[in-house]
Amino acid sequence: MNLQYIGLKEINGPLIFLDNVKGIGFEEVVEIRLDNGTVRHGRVVEINGDLVAILVFEGTRDLSLTNTVIKFKGKPMEMGLSKNVLGRVFNGIGNPIDNLGPVYVDEYKDINGEPLNPVSRLYPKNYINTGISSIDGLTTLIRGQKLPIFSGSGMPHNDLAVQIVKQAKLSGEKNEKFAIVFAAMGVTNDVANYFRRSFEEAGVLDNVVMFLNLSNDPIIERLLTPRCALTTAEYLAYKHDMHILVVMTDITAYCEALREFSSSKGEIPGRKGYPGYLYSDLASLFERAGIIKTAKGSVTQIPILTMPNDDITHPIPDLTGYITEGQIVLDRDLHQQGIYPPIGVLPSLSRLMKDGIGAGYTRDDHQALMNQIFASYARVMDARSLASVIGEDELSPADKSYIQFGKQFEKHFISQGYVNREIKDTLDLGWKLLSIFPREELDRTDELILEEHYNHDAAVGAFELDKKSFIKELNKEEI
Amino acid sequence: MNEVYSINGPVIKVKNAKGFKIMEKVFVGKQKLLGEVISISDNFTVIQVYESTTGLQRGEKVYSSGEAISAVLGPGLLGNIFDGIQRPLHTIFENSGAYIKPGTNIPCLDMEKQWDVTFKVSVGEHIRFGQIFAVIQETSLIEHRLLVPKNVSGEIVTVKPNGAYKMEDILIQVKDSNNQLHDLTMVQKWPIKEPRPISKRLPLTIPLVSGQRVIDTLFPIAKGGSAAVPGGFGTGKTMMQHQFAKWCDADIIVYIGCGERGNEMTQTLDEFSELIDPKSNKPLIERTVLIANTSNMPVAAREASIYTGVTIAEYYRDMGYHVALMADSTSRWAEALREISGRLEEMPAEEGFPAYLPSRISQFYERAGYVDTLSERSGSVSIVGAISPQGADFSEPVTQNTKRFVRAFWALDKELAYARHYAAINWNLSYSEYINDLSKWYNKNISTEFLEARQKFITILAEENKLMEIVKLIGKDVLPDDQKLVLEIARVIRVGYLQQNAFHKDDTFVPLEKQLKMMKLILYLERVSQQVLKEGKAFSLLLRTNMFEKVIKVKYEVPNDNLDLFEDYYKMIDEAFSAIK
Ligand SMILES: Nc1ncnc2c1ncn2[C@@H]1O[C@H](COP(=O)(O)OP(=O)(O)OP(=O)(O)O)[C@@H](O)[C@H]1O
Ligand SMILES: [Mg+2]
Repeated sequence: MNLQYIGLKEINGPLIFLDNVKGIGFEEVVEIRLDNGTVRHGRVVEINGDLVAILVFEGTRDLSLTNTVIKFKGKPMEMGLSKNVLGRVFNGIGNPIDNLGPVYVDEYKDINGEPLNPVSRLYPKNYINTGISSIDGLTTLIRGQKLPIFSGSGMPHNDLAVQIVKQAKLSGEKNEKFAIVFAAMGVTNDVANYFRRSFEEAGVLDNVVMFLNLSNDPIIERLLTPRCALTTAEYLAYKHDMHILVVMTDITAYCEALREFSSSKGEIPGRKGYPGYLYSDLASLFERAGIIKTAKGSVTQIPILTMPNDDITHPIPDLTGYITEGQIVLDRDLHQQGIYPPIGVLPSLSRLMKDGIGAGYTRDDHQALMNQIFASYARVMDARSLASVIGEDELSPADKSYIQFGKQFEKHFISQGYVNREIKDTLDLGWKLLSIFPREELDRTDELILEEHYNHDAAVGAFELDKKSFIKELNKEEI
Repeated sequence: MNEVYSINGPVIKVKNAKGFKIMEKVFVGKQKLLGEVISISDNFTVIQVYESTTGLQRGEKVYSSGEAISAVLGPGLLGNIFDGIQRPLHTIFENSGAYIKPGTNIPCLDMEKQWDVTFKVSVGEHIRFGQIFAVIQETSLIEHRLLVPKNVSGEIVTVKPNGAYKMEDILIQVKDSNNQLHDLTMVQKWPIKEPRPISKRLPLTIPLVSGQRVIDTLFPIAKGGSAAVPGGFGTGKTMMQHQFAKWCDADIIVYIGCGERGNEMTQTLDEFSELIDPKSNKPLIERTVLIANTSNMPVAAREASIYTGVTIAEYYRDMGYHVALMADSTSRWAEALREISGRLEEMPAEEGFPAYLPSRISQFYERAGYVDTLSERSGSVSIVGAISPQGADFSEPVTQNTKRFVRAFWALDKELAYARHYAAINWNLSYSEYINDLSKWYNKNISTEFLEARQKFITILAEENKLMEIVKLIGKDVLPDDQKLVLEIARVIRVGYLQQNAFHKDDTFVPLEKQLKMMKLILYLERVSQQVLKEGKAFSLLLRTNMFEKVIKVKYEVPNDNLDLFEDYYKMIDEAFSAIK
């Protein structure tokens, strides 16, 4: 009993309008059949009396007022799901494109999801070992967290995402089921292939579901891509108790599609032309990470976004940061110095780590180490900006010790390449680096913890701080 | 018949509608979605719907209710968690699983539950609106005082015996001057956008003590006052609100998560159920009402959540309690206003916000106050509102307009947060206008030394600020020794005093007595250091005594319940300094 209409009243950008329509639900899906036999998909975005506005995901190219038949499906957009989606590749609106035929469907799910009741959530506490010091040590990833990578064009966010996926997989417990849902929005074929190849190399391809809306695919389709991906992730996590890592890239392209849709609808634009509801819209994606009490699985999200002009106050990173549970910020300076991964640790943050680290999780001294590194590294920045004014030679001995620490910290702790580091090694390395300082400088740390972990001589040896070392100089001056 | 004519997200229109009133509660469509009438014109009545409108069709019916959107007030609020339109989230979870479905219509409070009622009135007495007629032990911490609802006054004609009753059982009957009988139960409704009346406002002279040093010492808030916490993402707004909710000396906490994260509400719920209040030895949840309208829940209900929360707060105030309300984040509420306004195609003012944004903000903060209630007790509502400015830029409309209506402003700073200096309150940008009104209280209840020490701290920090301008250009080394000392003492104040670790068992809450002792110790260190310098000894010698580090770590080394240990520090300093030769 699907309703069917022939012809359109108006076409405007990605929107088409129908007149004299009855019995249509808001946000219902429609199928648009062109007279050449091709089929497109759309969604009701506004009802005004008899007039209905429909957003066409594949775009309105080639449509005329007379060459279409519109079929209303009587339900919101759904995704057909079963365990067989694992290993499959879909386009941006959830149709298979890997020539393996249709997917057997066990259950249809509304891709918009419904808001999770906070009472049904389980607060995430289990940390995921990524093997990357600046993440495990300073911005620990927690299972069920949404932790985006803030990057910029030309920086290695894809490599980092792949490294996290590969290494996190290794640390999972043996009998736990693990899968990856990958959503590409507006990225190039190369990027999509890079991810595919990397999953293949890691031997996980059978456990990956890919949704691809590439840069040459219809832009408006992108509005559905993350929703299809997240619906799939939730299904696998909550129906089949799997631990799902969702990688979504590039959120910036998604937001641009939303902006295009909004302006075609004639909505009042907010900052930089993005609609005023960008925050709520992004939240409807990111809030779908988590763990619920009624299932064993989890959905962890690693969205990737490229900050236009590396500007963290741009509405996309800004609103994302207000929703996600922290962020990993890539730093162009570090990148240009050849440091990989170029993680800017100061603006990076993991809000969930406090309950997932420490005794019983990582190690009892983790919190203390982290606080001290952040405090000390922040002072490195002050010392550097002073040095850029008065010259490094003119710095006080204390400031020199910060310059020295900063150098070694970036060289040994942040820069680690593609090595997989144990958490214990990360923490030990952290203390060794802090031991570069005279003990008094470590003003954030309990004496007891310093007693156990502070070893200045070891640091002098390890980092080859020579005789002219600033510390000696410091002592000399004061004696 | 009233039917849906147009649908645009949460905004629907009814053409040629009859019988609706402005701000009336309505039910929309087959699913009976909750909505509110927001404008009426010749042709169209506009309704904002508090639930998802997906699937709603043109032509579905819209039903009047005859009343405004109201909060349901009665025992069972405490310890509970509701969404923005006061639907009980525990019950929804038990009934329908992990997700919240639209059209979920269940009573806000558990109507079947029996409560032990003790009556405070007897037949023949006269009673009026706002007076207490019976009490119930709602939680082991809080006695719920049943108040006579609006429009009821007269002579009591029947009173049930003390005992267990259900929510809707008639407890007493009152005959008014027209000989009309009113049945009073445990529950009453109150329109959420209407402030509950009071007898009179009182001056704000008592601080709301939070145990957070930078607040209590530098920028205190009064009981009945209001404060704003603006800050970019990750600077610590939510942590600050949680710290307040956990430790502040109010009787009741209303915590509103408005358009923020689901996990934060889960965390609050878990943590508050486990955390024991040091004063009463009971779980904190027993004095707390949680309202969760997370960012992925319908936008219009975000707007309602703020009003629902403040109405519940006023209700407990009217029983004679001190209530502290946390709203995280008021920006999301303002954005909800903006979104609805945009869909109504209203003329936008600044940055797309409607022209009535300032008046809405002021109406909300005006509901704070320290008052004499209609029941002749005193109570208060204090409001702490978080603000999430776009791009952490405080010149945006929500921050600017809020600043006009609150008297304490705690500006969170990205740089401090990056250095993990928490609470990341920037002492140069923040202020409290309450300090003068509270000075008497501090002098009388703590010591006159408290505010003196505070003033000295402020002076030192200001001086540091000035010196840092020079240091940025030429470095610290060239400063004379006395200025080096200023910088060093300022560092002790910043790291040892202002910075406070919410995750440390002793440092998370610090009583005023300890705050004073810490300040005095730091100022003592300054004084004796100055003396040593006057004797012509080098500043570097002072540093080598390590006393500055020792004093910085006092916060961790001296537990809150053993303040005598401070004496040891004075001795230690004296010995160390007299050893300087
Ligand atoms: N007083 C504190 N003590 C220790 N850590 C803190 C403190 N305040 C904030 N933090 C740290 O900063 C993180 C971010 O704080 P919070 O979640 O309160 O930020 P926010 O300002 O509410 O951000 P958003 O606007 O994105 O919600 C916390 O997860 C915690 O790690
Ligand atoms: Mg917050």
